[in-house]
Amino acid sequence: MILGFPLFPEQASTMAARVDALFYFLVAVTVFFAALIFFMIVVFAVKYRRRSEDERPRPIEGNFWLEILWSAIPLGLTMVMFVWGAIIYFDIYNPPNDALEISIVGRQWMWKAQHAEGQREINELHVPVGQAVKLTMTSEDVIHDVFLPAFRIKQDVLPGRYTTLWFQATKAGEYPLFCAQYCGTQHSGMVGRVVVLEPAEFEKWLSGGATGVSMIDQGASLFKRFGCETCHGAGGTSQGPSLAGLFGKTVKLQEGTTVTADENYIRESILDPRAKIVAGYQPIMPTFKGLVSEEGLLQLIAYIKSLEGAERKAAQK
Amino acid sequence: MNVSEVERREHYLNVNYGIRSWLLTTDHKRIAWLYLLSVTLFFFIGGFFATLIRLELLTPQGDLVQAETYNKLFTMHGVTMIFFFLIPSIPAVLGNFLVPMMIGARDLAFPRLNLASWYIFILGGVFTVMAAAAGGVDTGWTFYTPYSSIYSNTHVVLTVIGIFVTGFSSILTGLNFIVTIHKMRAPGMTWFRLPLFIWAHYATSIIFVLGTPVIAITLVLVALERIFRLGIFDPALGGDPVLFQHLFWFYSHPAVYIMVLPAMGVVSELIACFSRKRVFGYSVVAFASLGIAVIGFLVWGHHMFVSGQSVHAGMIFSLLSFLVAIPSAIKVFNWTATLYKGSISYDAPMLYALGFIGLFTIGGLTGLFLATLGIDVHVHDTYFVIAHFHYIMVGGSVMGYLGGIHFWWPKMTGRRYPEGWARLAALIIFIGFNLTFFPQFVLGYIGMPRRYHVYPPEFQVLNVMSTAGASILAVGYLLPLTYLIWSLRYGTVAGRNPWGARGLEWETPSPPPTENFERTPTVTEGAYAYEKAPEEISTLGRPAHV
Repeated sequence: MILGFPLFPEQASTMAARVDALFYFLVAVTVFFAALIFFMIVVFAVKYRRRSEDERPRPIEGNFWLEILWSAIPLGLTMVMFVWGAIIYFDIYNPPNDALEISIVGRQWMWKAQHAEGQREINELHVPVGQAVKLTMTSEDVIHDVFLPAFRIKQDVLPGRYTTLWFQATKAGEYPLFCAQYCGTQHSGMVGRVVVLEPAEFEKWLSGGATGVSMIDQGASLFKRFGCETCHGAGGTSQGPSLAGLFGKTVKLQEGTTVTADENYIRESILDPRAKIVAGYQPIMPTFKGLVSEEGLLQLIAYIKSLEGAERKAAQK
Repeated sequence: MNVSEVERREHYLNVNYGIRSWLLTTDHKRIAWLYLLSVTLFFFIGGFFATLIRLELLTPQGDLVQAETYNKLFTMHGVTMIFFFLIPSIPAVLGNFLVPMMIGARDLAFPRLNLASWYIFILGGVFTVMAAAAGGVDTGWTFYTPYSSIYSNTHVVLTVIGIFVTGFSSILTGLNFIVTIHKMRAPGMTWFRLPLFIWAHYATSIIFVLGTPVIAITLVLVALERIFRLGIFDPALGGDPVLFQHLFWFYSHPAVYIMVLPAMGVVSELIACFSRKRVFGYSVVAFASLGIAVIGFLVWGHHMFVSGQSVHAGMIFSLLSFLVAIPSAIKVFNWTATLYKGSISYDAPMLYALGFIGLFTIGGLTGLFLATLGIDVHVHDTYFVIAHFHYIMVGGSVMGYLGGIHFWWPKMTGRRYPEGWARLAALIIFIGFNLTFFPQFVLGYIGMPRRYHVYPPEFQVLNVMSTAGASILAVGYLLPLTYLIWSLRYGTVAGRNPWGARGLEWETPSPPPTENFERTPTVTEGAYAYEKAPEEISTLGRPAHV
């Protein structure tokens, strides 16, 4: 802050230092090449300035080996950038399995978050330091985007499906949260903050002012209220498959293909049940489109995720 | 040659007078003027919107205009500058004027189609201006769905119709250039004797013809969803919002090359002329243009690294984006090598050309940051992107356009512009441009998102720098407007070839006669034969008669 304004954003996640290291590499390479070009232009422009009007320089058609050289060197360097960047990208979008899960719903023009324990927040996100956090995100209207500059990550938040983003904060503090995808009139007002707390502080925050009802419990009561149990109750029925242990498994579909039962699959099965029919079942489930809110869907998914498979339960016994 | 001689000789400007002779002309040179006047008008309209944007961003609060107005300003700035200035600027003005002249033809292959394309352009412009006058549109020039197709309460359909209609003028111009370059080259004008300006316009025309229909269809789909609630892009209606982005960028990424390839063509001509050298690695530069045009169609997904598209798709698009950077790098190296052992003069067009190389180099190199997946995630949709593409489109294309306008001004008008003023303007534009856009790279990396009407106070210093630069830039753009108009009446008479340039267009009087050449030339030399006398490049200069 010597200049009175920052030149770099704060580094507050495990990803930030990795992204910055790659950024510095690119700065070094590009500054070198820009300087080389500018230097050569200036030198040539001065050295070969026109001294008399009747100069007729000897023509030079080109040089095959020079062309090869100045194609190959940039190609080699860009391939380093490609691989390095791709590795980071892959890690940005592959959350670890033990991540703390938080649901995010965006709408014009606010962010709503809900923790597994049930706490809700608006335009704020409390997370613990040193633990991986996975955001499962969707939008109620247009496309938004969660942008956390201090963590060097962003991800579009789409209506009609889930996208995910994960990070591990390394420093307690408050960091800006921006919507980075233009979403209408108050786009620049769709901002908030991420509050990174020490684990103990975070536990305290979680227990304080909570509704006391976890997302799983909220999902369970929705499951009852919508009558899902009738067909999808324990063990399943002839009308509907059991949901116990479903999450993450491969599901066989009627047309012979398979699908992994992830958040997007469950969401689709609730809102558009005829899109993918499980092998051995009739397409008789009604749609719940318009009946269940985005938050409700996330709670239902949390509940379905929590249902342990009968086999696993038996094995534990 | 003295003034009275120029005035007395019949040429394309004085062959007939009156509004009808202009509005019904099929002379490619006059149509170039129609386009020149129209795109200049649109440039200053777009610049007016930019001025208001920069003034608003002087302070972190939203104090000059309201959020709705701000959103409309950046949308209309983008729509006007991209579809009504940058895309038509060099092809429809300089390309129209020069493609036939450079290849030794009397006109384009389809002169009436050429005039029709201008009317279509104007019709599209009228729709867009109507949309602006009726209250504007606030979707961003990218029209992302479902915001544009469902949620926006502004004049999306009218604007979309304007862009749809204008697209057909691009298609017709591209078609005309392709046929002309294939079929109407003068005897002896082989493909590898063509000026690189022609190669660049050939590559651009391919994109015009293949890419423009896709944006047209896409915008029709947006309008259909908006008017009839057909579920195409909005998930609430069963559509897919990301599909729009694929379709949109399938055109709009190649469109970046529509904007920059012709400028590269101009720069090749300028560098050769003002260093009196053949362009180093002519055929490599020519094929680089085609390479950019072809690979440019395969990189659209680099606009969508954080859109939710698959990680593996992201990796392929990243790889292809690095590949498309190589031909651009090759061009820069070849232009620089052209200067080596040349005879370099610093006339205003050359200052623009050197400015182009410098700014395009920065724009291109910062593009590598955006092609790099791990960095793009952070800088995507921030001011880093804004800075990058303004370096390409304004630092590159507009510098190339202005360099070209200055270079061929004597040919188009028969008059010279005031050289001192022109050099001063080039310098002011270069300085103003860098001051405006360089701070935005920093702003982007520290996290300022684009399209923000209000912003956190720590971003203010850099925004003030940017606005200060923009005011310098505005002066730089108003200067040529003034002295070029002045020169129409008071400029010194140019003569046939004031720069000592090579190329068929310089072998005919300035301004040229309606039929371009006194007789059909037979070309005997490749482009840029600066080591030879001007008379030696074709039969035009040889005394077949007195």
